[in-house]
Amino acid sequence: MKRSGDMREVGRSLPKIDALGLVRGTPAFTDDLAPREALCVVAVRSPHAHARILSIDATAALAMPGVLAVFTWKDVPRVAVTRAGQGHPEPSPRDRFILDEYVRHVGDEAAIVAAETEEQAREAARAVRVEYEALPPVLDFEAALDNPVVLHPEPEIHENFPIGFEPRRNVASAYNMHVGDVDAVVARSEVVLRRRYYTQAQQHVALEPHCACTWLDVHGRLNVISSTQTPWHVRRIMARALEREVKEIRVVKPRIGGGFGGKQMLHGELYCALATLRTGRPAKMVYTRREVFEATNTRHPMRLDVTLGADRDGTLRAIDLEILSDTGAYGEHALTVFMVAGAKTLPLYNKVEAVRFGGRTVYTNHLPGGAFRGYGAIQGNFALESALDELAGELGLDPIVLREKNMIAEGETSPIFAIMGEGTEGVEMIVESCKLPECIRRGKELIGWDAKGPRREVAPGVFRGLGMALAMQGSGIPTIDMAAATLKLNDFGSFNLLIGATDLGTGSDTILAQIAAETLGVSTGDIIVYASDTDRTPFDTGAYASSTTYVSGHAVRTAALKMREEILVEGARSLGCEPARATFDGCEVRGPAGAITLRDLSAKLLYNEHQKQLMTTGSHLCEKSPPPYMAAFAEVEVDAGTGEVKLVDYVAVVDCGQAINPNLALVQVEGGLAQGIGMALWEEVVYGPQGHLRTRDLMSYKIPGREDLPSIRAELVASHEPSGPFGAKSVGEIGIDTPPAAIANAVAAAVGARVRDLPVTPEKVLNALVLA
Amino acid sequence: MNISLELNGRPANWDVEPGEALLEALRRHGVLSVKRGCDTASCGTCTVLLDGVPVPSCAVPAPRADGRAVTTVEGLPDEAARLGACLAAEGADQCGFCAPGLVVAVVAMSRELEHPDEAAINHYLAGNLCRCGGYVSQTRAIRRYLQEAR
Ligand code: FES
Ligand code: FES
Repeated sequence: MKRSGDMREVGRSLPKIDALGLVRGTPAFTDDLAPREALCVVAVRSPHAHARILSIDATAALAMPGVLAVFTWKDVPRVAVTRAGQGHPEPSPRDRFILDEYVRHVGDEAAIVAAETEEQAREAARAVRVEYEALPPVLDFEAALDNPVVLHPEPEIHENFPIGFEPRRNVASAYNMHVGDVDAVVARSEVVLRRRYYTQAQQHVALEPHCACTWLDVHGRLNVISSTQTPWHVRRIMARALEREVKEIRVVKPRIGGGFGGKQMLHGELYCALATLRTGRPAKMVYTRREVFEATNTRHPMRLDVTLGADRDGTLRAIDLEILSDTGAYGEHALTVFMVAGAKTLPLYNKVEAVRFGGRTVYTNHLPGGAFRGYGAIQGNFALESALDELAGELGLDPIVLREKNMIAEGETSPIFAIMGEGTEGVEMIVESCKLPECIRRGKELIGWDAKGPRREVAPGVFRGLGMALAMQGSGIPTIDMAAATLKLNDFGSFNLLIGATDLGTGSDTILAQIAAETLGVSTGDIIVYASDTDRTPFDTGAYASSTTYVSGHAVRTAALKMREEILVEGARSLGCEPARATFDGCEVRGPAGAITLRDLSAKLLYNEHQKQLMTTGSHLCEKSPPPYMAAFAEVEVDAGTGEVKLVDYVAVVDCGQAINPNLALVQVEGGLAQGIGMALWEEVVYGPQGHLRTRDLMSYKIPGREDLPSIRAELVASHEPSGPFGAKSVGEIGIDTPPAAIANAVAAAVGARVRDLPVTPEKVLNALVLA
Repeated sequence: MNISLELNGRPANWDVEPGEALLEALRRHGVLSVKRGCDTASCGTCTVLLDGVPVPSCAVPAPRADGRAVTTVEGLPDEAARLGACLAAEGADQCGFCAPGLVVAVVAMSRELEHPDEAAINHYLAGNLCRCGGYVSQTRAIRRYLQEAR
């Protein structure tokens, strides 16, 4: 495979192909594209954290102007589904219905109203009279297991394959694995560290609220436009929930205003479909920001118990990680997020003699957990990378030295790769690219690790401290993630690239065009991308698990290689020579006695000579999941009097393989870091004593603004992953993983206050100072 | 009620509801660059110029636009193209949902502030949130734009 030196399109920071259109505000998002005459669909939401619906009286609402329909649980198919946009059959329990007799969190849907205008729909929703029998809620996830209050007694719900689903015990999933005898190795270790950490619920806050619209086309098929990361999973799950055939539904993802995992669940699609199927009219549902907060998903909060066994010289001998995860009202992504907390952290320290991982995900009357960038790895990373720092402290070692001594390296493997996948077994894998040593070296240099030392007093009672963390992620889900791409040659030499891949704003349409162009030898400007349409593009599992570059990129490359072949054959035929004697350089096909340009050949092929359409498809099954790696360094300033933490500097150096588009890769890292810093310092979903959300707007839930962040510095190191398209690995998620641990470690270095419970707030710092 | 305004340099005559936000009225009249990202005037995706002053259109009652000039990114095509090119060159544009509002705010800033440094830029644009990037690339792009605009 070619390396970056000889590449023309890959490795270049080309502008995003949709950049100007989006900046100009060209209508491109779901709500921009919804038919003007669409009915507005609005939900009646539960004011209770847990309740049974005794009755719903919609008479008054139905009599109001503009109101066309009201749906209750009695009006919808009783089919258990999961709303997690995952492969088939989903590894999440099917524990949900379009509407149900029970509501399980404040904001859960009790009824659905469709009216001519949004105003009318909202007024009608207020007029729907729902009589609830309030039930005691389960709000403490550490008390959920075997609680007398059972969230999911309904008989129809089920797991699709064994995931440890025990709804009678409030357990959505359970998982346990071990390599070697952890207890014995810990007992033999010279130093043992046992710590408990907590991570909080975080919300995605994509600036575009969730939105869907539906209509019936001239064939009577249900068309759906949705701000989704997984059009094919949405189609399949909708078909099941609505008791329709998959073939009756088309799902299109237009531009979407950020996802971060938050659009890997179904939200308004099913409700719009109810309205359209009942009335025959287009319908749309646009979430308000408050609804996004109250009725979508959060990152799964977790309690993580870590035990490390080590020798005095810093040799790590055993890791034990036991987790209790809160999946809230529904088990969306319950098992898989849980597993990733181990699967994408533990292999970092692959030289241990024994490792154990396990625990449960429990139901509570909180917002459902869901996919969120990092997907468990950030929770696991916070616990593991905090614990390693604490261990370094006990051993009197530099935390970097401790990590360097134990971390994974190129040519090595971890038994965990084979044991743990996402919901199923993983695959064996030798690490073929791992530039952690370079990432660490460069990061140390940028932050000034050696020069500054771990702690300095910069003003009386004000200390600066340095902390760091390593991270890994994956590149797709092996043996599950599949992507396909089709290339079509147009007259006068351009190509349509039809891809199932789902660009969430990350620029994946652009980098996939770059991969096609590089492979064909043409310029990226000659590639016309059309993506994410279940009718018109080939399949793709969707944008999640850091899969698009690595998996969809391969599919594009395969399609382009086949297209090259076809162009050669047709070019040779036109030149009257054997294909073996012809060459194609992206511009022209050259034979022994002459040449024909692609421009002419493509026009001839459609109009004049041996007319035919050249069209090739590549599909790719993810066979392994090479991790990207990162070393990250935080400098904080802590006021020991107030506990206030200011992030002064953040440096992240990443090995993502060959970056297809370095600028876009770096912005992925920067954006991930910003969200990780938000989780480390500010972001937290807070409930009142009865389970009411206290954080339901952008004033009570703080995402980082311009003035909150330091000038984040992200760099990529030179790397090449042999199994990746043009040497690429993934980069979408890894950025988010390090800030919680790196910042907590820096705070501990600065003032000796160890915060083990996110976010790191001034109160917690002060409390920890008292303990220290 | 009926209002007359100047929308992107052209006269417009609209029927609006008394309680309707300018944001909703704009979108209802097909001005779709203006986005709704929140309910609380906190995100900046709906930023427009009202008589040249940047405001969150979600917090402005539509009737208040009566007799005034409203400018959205549709009315700033050259600025949008130039800032867009800078954003794209830095890779700073991701989903683009925040971009139209940001362009409007940056244009207002460039008219208002002489030589804003990074802190002044961050302060002026504090109301324009972006969840996709970490702001650094955006800031680089904005500085580049301001330099080129001079
Ligand atoms: S929609 Fe106006 S500021 Fe958020
Ligand atoms: S680019 Fe997505 S919110 Fe700014």
